[in-house]
Amino acid sequence: MPHFTKPAEGSWTEHFGLGTEPVSYEDSISSAHYELERDAIFRRTWLNVGRVEQLPRVGSYFTRELDAARTSVVVLRDSDGEVRAFHNICRHRGNKLVWNDYPGEETNGTCRQFTCKYHGWRYNLHGECTFVQQESEFFGLEKADHGLVPVRADVWEGFIFVNLDGADTTPLREYLGEIGEGLVGYPFHKMTQVHRYRAEVRSNWKLFIDAFTEFYHAPVLHAKQAVAEESRKLQGIGYEALAYGVDGPHGMVSSWGGMSPPKDLSMVKPIERVLHSGLFGPWDAPDIGIDELPPGLNPARHPSWGMDSFLFFPNFMVLIWKTNWVLTYHYWPTSYNTHIFEGTCYFVPPRTALERLAQELAVVTFKEYGLQDSNTLEATQTMLESRAVTEFPLNDQEILLRLLHRTAHQYVNEYRQQTATPVRVSAAS
Amino acid sequence: MPTLPAEFADLEPFADWAIATERERYAKRLSSTMDELQAFYDSAFPRLEAASSYLDQFDMGAMPDEAKRLLWLYCSLVTVSFPVEVWRQPRVPDSGSTRLDAVAEPVV
Repeated sequence: MPHFTKPAEGSWTEHFGLGTEPVSYEDSISSAHYELERDAIFRRTWLNVGRVEQLPRVGSYFTRELDAARTSVVVLRDSDGEVRAFHNICRHRGNKLVWNDYPGEETNGTCRQFTCKYHGWRYNLHGECTFVQQESEFFGLEKADHGLVPVRADVWEGFIFVNLDGADTTPLREYLGEIGEGLVGYPFHKMTQVHRYRAEVRSNWKLFIDAFTEFYHAPVLHAKQAVAEESRKLQGIGYEALAYGVDGPHGMVSSWGGMSPPKDLSMVKPIERVLHSGLFGPWDAPDIGIDELPPGLNPARHPSWGMDSFLFFPNFMVLIWKTNWVLTYHYWPTSYNTHIFEGTCYFVPPRTALERLAQELAVVTFKEYGLQDSNTLEATQTMLESRAVTEFPLNDQEILLRLLHRTAHQYVNEYRQQTATPVRVSAAS
Repeated sequence: MPTLPAEFADLEPFADWAIATERERYAKRLSSTMDELQAFYDSAFPRLEAASSYLDQFDMGAMPDEAKRLLWLYCSLVTVSFPVEVWRQPRVPDSGSTRLDAVAEPVV
């Protein structure tokens, strides 16, 4: 007996026309397919690489290792205050321009110019080459022709994106579509208290997105995280979403509020009762200065609303919680069966120690769940690779998984058509 | 030499839990026995409300060092609450060798 209304077609999956047949996971276990995804997806879409708060002043910069896109970028605030991005490569002989100690590790800081460690070539914050060591030794070298190679960068609601496809002229805001438009005006900029976590996960990047775009698993995998009686009850009821949304490659799921605060304090752990916090975040919402949520949040306007999860293709998720905090996920592939996961919690800065501890409990709870989730993925990846089973049924709650894999396939197929790559990979749903 | 506010002298035996970063707090949890985690929890948990009232007299941006240490100690209580209240073991069950490490967090 469903608690929340489904569309007239009888299911969200049919409503959005995503097909109901079993799906193949060949796209997650093939290194040939992954090589296609790198060029078809990660070099051709807008990728979120950070937030404007990471570039507080002129000369602030950070680097991003985009292994899937076969490059490293340096993102900075130029002397006009604009956000810019460049390929992180010196124009002289190809050395990585900005790095510390370990060439493969990301770094950040503030500077007036970038100087290559190798031969001392310098570049200003607009990427112009300003100095060449022993310039007269070169042959007709024009510094003006040897600026850093720019990467298209744009900002949406404080989130910085880059796009490595020089031919793609789709503006960021248009790319993010209705799902992005529905969040415009949300005060992300007030949530400057940041906790960021990183994990190296032994699974295909899409498998972790799968795990975080369905809550079908939550009452089971995380059963032990609730008190025993509550856990049995949750598992008996299962999960239902309030609503789903799909627009182009992007999707969202709107979820009920659960434990924030719980109906009965005996449902939660002792520390949660004292700190008023838990998996759903601090129960006491800070003021964020808006009277009404943007239309894209709690689209069903349901009174039981608790949080919405947004998947911006390919690898960026934003979770916005009723009690005014935000969680983002990024999944950066490093091979067909490994990726780096980043989870970042954003809060309004705490005014009191109690608020700080409530935030700590929310963050640490996220970590406890995340550890269970990411370890399960390794178990999934290895068995998918056995190919002992090749077709998998997905239920209506797994609609965003269908969307993700279907969209990823579409990008790969378009790319193959355009480049006539002879590699053949079996198609999913 | 005491490291916590005088009002919390009773927690001095657990002052080594006053750790500034989540990564180190979690590492200490993993390297502790359940008896050690339980002893810390049993002493610190009953004093949680008193500690947050005490800490409320300070601005978050201008805490004296001993108050900061008390706050960090209670961040550690949050970290050990999971093994004590639910897991009955220091490590998250079924988490194997998986790591999820803090790479950015607030200073206090």
